[in-house]
Amino acid sequence: MNILNISGSPHVHSDESTKKIMWRVNMALIPALLVAIAYFGLPALLVSIVSVLSCMLFQWLIEKFIMKVPSTICDGSAVVTGLLLAFNVPATADMLWIVVIGALVAIGIGKMSFGGLGKNPFNPALVGRVFLLISFPVQMTTWPVVDGFFPTNFDLATGATPLGAFKEGALPADITLWDAFLGHIGGSMGEVSAIAILLGAAFLLWKKVITWHIPVAFIGTAFLFSGILWLVDPSAYMDPVMTILTGGIMLGACFMATDMVTSPMAKSGQLLFGFGCGLLTIIIRNWGAYPEGVSFAILIMNSITPLINRWCKPKRFAV
Amino acid sequence: MKTFKMGGVHPEENKISNDAAIEVMPVGKQMVVLMNQHLGAPATPVVQKGDKVKVGQLIGEAQTFMCANVHSPVSGTVLKVDSCKDAFGISKPAVYINVEGDEWMESIDRTPDIKRECTLEPKEIVAKLKEMGIVGLGGATFPAHIKYNIPEGKKAEYLIINAAECEPYLTSDYRVMIEHAEECCIGISILRKALGVPNAYIGIESNKPQAIAHMTEVARQFEGIIVEPLKVKYPQGAEKQLINAVTGRKVPSGKLPIDVGCVVSNMGTTFAVYEAIQKNKPLIENILTVTGKKLPSQHNYIVRIGTTYNEIINHSIGHLPETTGKVISGGTMMGKAVVNLDAPTVKGNSSVLVMDEAESRRGAESNCIRCGKCMNACPMGLEPYLFSALVKNGRTEEAKAHNILDCIECGCCFFSCPANKPLTDEIRLGKNRVRAMMAAKK
Repeated sequence: MNILNISGSPHVHSDESTKKIMWRVNMALIPALLVAIAYFGLPALLVSIVSVLSCMLFQWLIEKFIMKVPSTICDGSAVVTGLLLAFNVPATADMLWIVVIGALVAIGIGKMSFGGLGKNPFNPALVGRVFLLISFPVQMTTWPVVDGFFPTNFDLATGATPLGAFKEGALPADITLWDAFLGHIGGSMGEVSAIAILLGAAFLLWKKVITWHIPVAFIGTAFLFSGILWLVDPSAYMDPVMTILTGGIMLGACFMATDMVTSPMAKSGQLLFGFGCGLLTIIIRNWGAYPEGVSFAILIMNSITPLINRWCKPKRFAV
Repeated sequence: MKTFKMGGVHPEENKISNDAAIEVMPVGKQMVVLMNQHLGAPATPVVQKGDKVKVGQLIGEAQTFMCANVHSPVSGTVLKVDSCKDAFGISKPAVYINVEGDEWMESIDRTPDIKRECTLEPKEIVAKLKEMGIVGLGGATFPAHIKYNIPEGKKAEYLIINAAECEPYLTSDYRVMIEHAEECCIGISILRKALGVPNAYIGIESNKPQAIAHMTEVARQFEGIIVEPLKVKYPQGAEKQLINAVTGRKVPSGKLPIDVGCVVSNMGTTFAVYEAIQKNKPLIENILTVTGKKLPSQHNYIVRIGTTYNEIINHSIGHLPETTGKVISGGTMMGKAVVNLDAPTVKGNSSVLVMDEAESRRGAESNCIRCGKCMNACPMGLEPYLFSALVKNGRTEEAKAHNILDCIECGCCFFSCPANKPLTDEIRLGKNRVRAMMAAKK
């Protein structure tokens, strides 16, 4: 005699899982990781490894000893946080210990203190990144010089990012749009190469992990807003193409603003969210104290995501 | 190709019993006929212990508005009028009949000849549907005489025949179309006449090309029957979605199809209508699929209503495989898990679907990651994740304000949830609470 299981319908599942989504995001980050290693060499690889391992370790420790719940480190979300945190810092030897602190803040405060994946209002990697930016301003803005593929003298020189240089006066004359597109510029290690990021984003779009709404609204708003400013005064404002290719806009728009946990759910809400991110980024870049505003812009928009979810509802059937 | 616009998912189709021709299931020794086999109040038994009944004889009469007649599926002696637990463990009034021979009512035409002409007037057709106990066989078992009695001030413009069969595994409608296309078309013509509509549209999902080709050819001999191939997308066969796909019209929240001039009928029902009107045969049989990935064979049967699940299983496959985890009445998306295999089948049962232990288990639930997949999958444009939270916290009023009652329980949200949250269960609970709250206010 068989004992039958009873449950409500449906009795089948799509096979979609949080784990699969998170590992797809990790796969999508690989091109940017490879470019970072190619430009910045060994430190980029080491910072990434330390960041990922410490994120996983902190999550495991917190789940085991504080929350006393089964471990979820295999779901890949700690790896996403670790990679994104590493991508948001300069690839220098100093970062090897600083990023551990960032990982503790990202996982401990940014994610687990709210109850773990899904409960966090802010993007954990950005929480960690902003904490480090405020706590270690010198180390966080000491950028290795990019002087071609596979450098060996990476300890020696430090340079400026295009945004930093522009904030101080003007863009270095030798930086071309092509450099910015490929990633041959200074900056945090994961955000330099627009093409590597777009490749990853294309993969996420194909796998339906993200939709186009947030990235397009974010980058589009930044482009239009900075374009208007540039048309008004080309000497005081950066040209719009350079604006979207430098700094964290590409990485932020494709990988961090699109974090499902902290972004709105309805398509209309996602457009509004992307618009807010783009607008705030350009405002902070031009009139704020920091040369870059992507992290702050996304965190501010994260904070109003519940409100956006309340305003922006999906279109109902026959309404 | 036509389809509904909003949401939807693509579950594995698993139409593995497609090629199994309809067989006739023999009659057992004893039959239990439930009096409540339809949406609405139970029928009132009109037989007593010791009465002799024939196949097709009225044994339960519809005495209230929302009710349908019940007929004896067998001939024999009434053992008792009592109650019986149905497949889901709910006790219902029932007539127990000891089967003796197979003697049919003389009025029923049992010849295989196809009778094409129908001279009845629309009102007479509806009256006969009521007499014969016809209900919708698509799942809701809505009494047909109520559906085809168009209320004052409303006008039917479209008759839509639901042959989408978008539920995985189910093949009974498919087999009916392949084997009884002409009878179905006659049934459709009768319904068309009852409603006075110019055209009837048969919606068939494009994963059934043979059915589309065959129906198109047969329908050519009939006036005003158009076959409409539909895209394969679940829930293409849900009433509001099917109307949207075929006509582009949308049934507003809380309204009925007739409010936008549509009447939807299931393909299986049209066959039952043909038999009732042309052959005087009441609804005493189901066409039913016996299927499952691990079963030794796949079947489609004509089964007398009242045959138990165990009898069907014993006859078709001997016994359930050792590894059976779940038996479902209906498809995998909206079917109900059977609690009691000794229960009799009732009108509208479309399958005995046997699921393996491994595939019958749900995955472990984790936190909602607010991915929005449930929202994108919802064919009604609702927010399942929100209902989940509201229902858990007892916020019934807000659940109602967010239109929880619009949910058609298609299961797309739970199906697509990466966190394995039982969204559909929570919404069902929420809907019940909202209904209870509204009833209490009245």
